[in-house]
Amino acid sequence: MSVEETTIELKAAPAYRRHGLFAEVFIRLFREKPLGVVGLVIVSILFIVGIFANFIAPEKGTADSPGYNVIHLADRLHPPSAEYPLGTDQLGRDILSRIIYGARLSMIVGVVATAIHTVISTAIGMACAYFGGKFDILVQRFVDAWICFPGLVILITLMAIIGPGLLQILLVLGISGGIAASRFSRSLVFAIKENQYVYASEAIGARAGRVMLRHLLPNIMPMVIVLFSINMGGMILTEASLSFLGLGLPPPYPSWGGMISGEGRSNMLLAPWMMLWPGAVLSLVVFGINMFGDALRDLLDPRLRGGLGTYRLDKVEKMAAKMKARIEKQQAQK
Amino acid sequence: MRAYAIRRFLLIIPTLFIITAILFLLFQIIPGDVVDLIVARQTWQQEVGTESEVSPEAVREALGLDVPVHIQYIRWMGGIFRGDFGRSMYHDRPLLEDLKTRIPVTFELSLFSLILSILCSVPIGIYAAIRQDTIGDYIGRSLSILFLAIPAFWVATLVMVYPALWWEWSPPVEYIPLAEDFWGNIGQFLIPALILGMFTSGGLMRVTRTMMLEVLRQDYIRTAWSKGLRERLVILRHAVKNTLIPVITIAGGMIPTLLGGSVIIEQIFALPGMGRYLLSAVIQRDFLIVAGWNLIMSAFVMIIIVLTDLAYAYVDPRIRYR
Repeated sequence: MSVEETTIELKAAPAYRRHGLFAEVFIRLFREKPLGVVGLVIVSILFIVGIFANFIAPEKGTADSPGYNVIHLADRLHPPSAEYPLGTDQLGRDILSRIIYGARLSMIVGVVATAIHTVISTAIGMACAYFGGKFDILVQRFVDAWICFPGLVILITLMAIIGPGLLQILLVLGISGGIAASRFSRSLVFAIKENQYVYASEAIGARAGRVMLRHLLPNIMPMVIVLFSINMGGMILTEASLSFLGLGLPPPYPSWGGMISGEGRSNMLLAPWMMLWPGAVLSLVVFGINMFGDALRDLLDPRLRGGLGTYRLDKVEKMAAKMKARIEKQQAQK
Repeated sequence: MRAYAIRRFLLIIPTLFIITAILFLLFQIIPGDVVDLIVARQTWQQEVGTESEVSPEAVREALGLDVPVHIQYIRWMGGIFRGDFGRSMYHDRPLLEDLKTRIPVTFELSLFSLILSILCSVPIGIYAAIRQDTIGDYIGRSLSILFLAIPAFWVATLVMVYPALWWEWSPPVEYIPLAEDFWGNIGQFLIPALILGMFTSGGLMRVTRTMMLEVLRQDYIRTAWSKGLRERLVILRHAVKNTLIPVITIAGGMIPTLLGGSVIIEQIFALPGMGRYLLSAVIQRDFLIVAGWNLIMSAFVMIIIVLTDLAYAYVDPRIRYR
């Protein structure tokens, strides 16, 4: 009796993904989304200026008076000049320096408030969808009620209750927005919690926390990243609106919204530069963040993926010709 | 359908109860008490000799703040069931009386800006979709993102400043009632409504484009093309009609955003609406007014949300709620 010998050829698994998710998204962003790259550049500038504000700003400041609050009483309401490129405000503070230090504040608000927002909305949404039942119904009624407060109004009310300040605004923006946004992450988890791997994990005795963190969270991660980037602009804008109403960051904080309100508004006819530039920078930054977020969503949102999605025959033909050329090129290389 | 509608409307009631509870609890942690403000004001009046002596306890008792929180809550709810939404503790006037003149202002502003934003965003959104990935599409998309990025309060302030500097023109400061001078009123509301509608129109442009792209990939559009119809007919008769249904319902869902945004716009343009009223009540820590205001607004928003959902089901025969 002879033993038949068989050799099993071990082939490397076909390359499913050449790069990591991050690198792939990055490459596709540059290839397919020119507007997204513009957004990315603006966001990068915001971060660089925000982090290195002390080195970039013309006013360096001292230990007890930071650069955004250096007062030159002799040069009050000074129009833009060589010494003060964007002019000065009612206390003679350099507007350019204040805008640069304001970038740091906006960056902090954008990152921290959005991080709180994302963590809270994901946690509530995931718990509701995973546990379901009475817990879900109860929490969802609360979320329903929360959503019914019209937009800015609940933030105004909350800020009036706990008073102005940086920590306060981060918490209010993050928590209040997070509760409202939890519905979206809930619907995401609902879509994936019936998957086999979730049951498998439960079958080997994994606890709820483990299932959520190891199986549910990684699978909604792309959408969580998208949510983060899309909400960041809104957070910065909302902080500016609240500071404008006098309920956000108190003076002398160089909040862009705050610079437009109060003294900026009462001197607006004498010194229009006081409110012109902060608003322009604010718009540009939020514009950049939204562009980047949009491009990221196009790349990461599974519902928006898809190839030949156009109704015009000439375009379909063009795309088909392109693909054909690519295939021929590959064959020629072989 | 009818059972669904009834259930949706009945669900408003428990949600409203939760809202009242949230509001009332929030105001228990308020730091600067309205009592202090009133005592300060009356002490001042007493010094100039117009009022007798006051103590914080007396003010507290007069306002009904001397009893435990749950009793206060029950009293407040009892008042609401009898149509009494609370009185201003600071001005000593009932909320509803103050709102009577203010609701029409906010309503007109929001409706006006909703109409304006639909009128300018929907055509651009449709154009961007039928010319996907062309220069026109890029411009349309950038425009919508720009509208979402530019803060309304900044644009409003610019409108106050630059026309005044350049042409010595500034928006009217005095409110013109609709009944007195129709065109004057419309003219006064036009600029605030446009600025308020900017943000919503950015969102609507995006939604219209996405919806239109979705519709354009449907089989019946391909059929229309293969029948040899002209592009105008395919777009107007087959695609736009089906795009507008979700777009209009989403526009209805933007009313809460408009109501929130109207707070800032009313403040800048000095329109005597609900938003300005809320802001002054917030600053005076007049918590019954803020709570009553929030309650009325959120009830209104909830009804709008249910109505848009139902309207969606009504106009789109593919959707069936049970």
